[in-house]
Amino acid sequence: MSLIEKPADREGAREAILSKVRASLGIEPEVPGQSGARSAIVERRIEAPPRHLTPARVLKPKVDLEALFASTLVSQFASVLPANNFSDVPGAIATYLRQTNLPSVIGLGQDPVLAALPWGIEPGLTLSPGPARPETEVSVSRAIAGAAETGTIFLASGPDNPVTLTFMPATHIVVLTANDIVGPYEDAFQVVRKLYGNGLMPRTLNLVSGPSRTADIGGKIVIGAHGPQRLAVVVVGNNRPPAA
Amino acid sequence: MNPETPAFKANARAALSDPQLQSALSGLPTGLVAQRTSARARLPEFEALRDIGRDVRNHALEYLDLYLETYERNATAAGAVVHWAETGQDAREIIARICQDAGARIVTKGKSMISEEIALNVDLEARGFEVVETDLGEYIIQNRLETPSHIIAPAIHLTQQQVEDDFRKLHTHLPAGRILEEPAQLVAEARSVLREKFMLADVGITGANFLIAETGSSIIVTNEGNGDLTQSLARVHIVLASIDKVLPTLEDVTTVLRLLARSATGQEFTTYATFSTGPRRPEDPDGPDAYHVVLLDNGRAELLGSEFREVLRCIRCGACMNHCPVYNAVGGHAYGWVYPGPIGAVMTPALIGVKAGGHLPNASTFCGRCEAVCPMKIPLPKLMRHWREAEFEQGHTPTRYRYGLKTWAWFAKRPRTYHFCARFAAAVLGALGSGAGRFSRLPFASGWTRDRDFPAPQGRTFQQLWAETRRGVPR
Ligand code: SF4
Repeated sequence: MSLIEKPADREGAREAILSKVRASLGIEPEVPGQSGARSAIVERRIEAPPRHLTPARVLKPKVDLEALFASTLVSQFASVLPANNFSDVPGAIATYLRQTNLPSVIGLGQDPVLAALPWGIEPGLTLSPGPARPETEVSVSRAIAGAAETGTIFLASGPDNPVTLTFMPATHIVVLTANDIVGPYEDAFQVVRKLYGNGLMPRTLNLVSGPSRTADIGGKIVIGAHGPQRLAVVVVGNNRPPAA
Repeated sequence: MNPETPAFKANARAALSDPQLQSALSGLPTGLVAQRTSARARLPEFEALRDIGRDVRNHALEYLDLYLETYERNATAAGAVVHWAETGQDAREIIARICQDAGARIVTKGKSMISEEIALNVDLEARGFEVVETDLGEYIIQNRLETPSHIIAPAIHLTQQQVEDDFRKLHTHLPAGRILEEPAQLVAEARSVLREKFMLADVGITGANFLIAETGSSIIVTNEGNGDLTQSLARVHIVLASIDKVLPTLEDVTTVLRLLARSATGQEFTTYATFSTGPRRPEDPDGPDAYHVVLLDNGRAELLGSEFREVLRCIRCGACMNHCPVYNAVGGHAYGWVYPGPIGAVMTPALIGVKAGGHLPNASTFCGRCEAVCPMKIPLPKLMRHWREAEFEQGHTPTRYRYGLKTWAWFAKRPRTYHFCARFAAAVLGALGSGAGRFSRLPFASGWTRDRDFPAPQGRTFQQLWAETRRGVPR
């Protein structure tokens, strides 16, 4: 049995709903020109989506955006670990895990940038490739962009960065270059469009702005709900790819 | 769920004298309300964004048929299976069939108000599936056999102590002497109990905050991460969304998202905003094998053509109830159905009929705070007034009110008689009440005087004072 076989829905439901919608909108299919004009408006908006208001807080020089990104993340209970170069990333991660008293086995996907990091200089770290397993305590992902607006990381799922690594482990570490930090969400979505094509998306695009949290018990904020309890973001200052 | 809305008055009276509920609700003004105020202050463009957000939603509704078709086309191209359901019954059938075809035993759920609307859990459970709510608040109330009392904070009516008592009763496999003093300890316990369910689940059901026509994506906006575990770990992901959720483009979504978290919890942004497009791709090492979207109408298409169209702009942020004096006093359960507060007072009669839900719009002081804070600028008081009119016209207003209004109308059309009688009544009541300045009991007004005093008139009517002031008579 195929899982994507479509079971028969109640016949005509689609048409019934759409025609009720059209009736409510006062659309009469036979009015000449009307439907063409409406379709043109919709097509234009999808093909060239107009941008709306951009908050002034991100109309800033790049260095200020980087500072805003980091400070906002910290105010949302994440840690920001600076690294000058890609070669400093394993050290930054190892130090963070040691200082926070966390295990040194790291789950990660096939991301080529992460794979090319000089992990060997931190012999204490053990890499555990593939998606998250129940016992995976720490994971590392690479983000495709960061929006300074609200300290928001953009993660695209796939073999390079399996989505379970973002949600199952107690500690999630994200690597991002300073160069990939943009101002508003819209700029980050431009990155997505460039990578995947207009109108196309990865299976999941995860916008993450801190560790998981809840206020469902007595209205008190608790950091660490079902997702990670800790989020650490390594911002790599120098964009040069790691030496292979 | 079965509506209990006609019992609003009785429910409200019980709520007012429930000390645990009152203690749980007392945090609202300093919590969500204050947090929204400061989030709004941090974003100077907030008010401008409300106007744009309203326009974006209006545009999407104006072209809803076309955006739904575009959404369906793009979602299908990404491998989604899109279903259409006219009624809750249709949606329940579709979902049950998907679960059966997948050979499912355990179904996990992310928070979804629309699944409450169609009473999905009861239905799936009756068909033999184990349904597990995974949002912490939903998990707590599911085990109490309760419904959410708030659309974003479903267990807001409960105190920490009540949750502790529940967990001790429920999680009997854990040591009885364990310490559960801090909210964090309770959260950790729920996390470990639910983690097992995530791993065992066959089907994961989530709602959708929005659907995007441009990309065929569904979006969930959460803080706990449970929705993502629900949809990533099960073999089948089902999205249940009402047809009004579709927005044209990513740019439109970002604009509305800027308003949602700030209005809801006062956060700059929710911890997670997840855009899902189709099932696991061939090269993917994780994610669901199948991705179904059930598009539910359940009365929306009709609302679109009514004077209530504007309510379809709602993004379910909860700000209107957080700021509502009636909600703050009685909580969400008094409203008796799925959507409480001002949005509930407008949605409920639309979805379950004026007869069952039409008196909810009377549970309002018409103070206007809901409209003032609504990120989508929905004129909630105006829409409540429309329902009051409809309720009256359809004859569901209690006889006593109809009679009273008719009597008043008779007088109002006869100004002289009206003034004479009003002068007489004001003089008599003024003389009788001149000592205390108030009555604690009045014939024909026990509904008022049971819970508060009726102020005694000062002996003259407004009309008299008005006439005297115009003539320059010193008072
Ligand atoms: S009516 Fe407005 S304030 Fe109330 S939940 Fe909907 S969007 Fe929020």
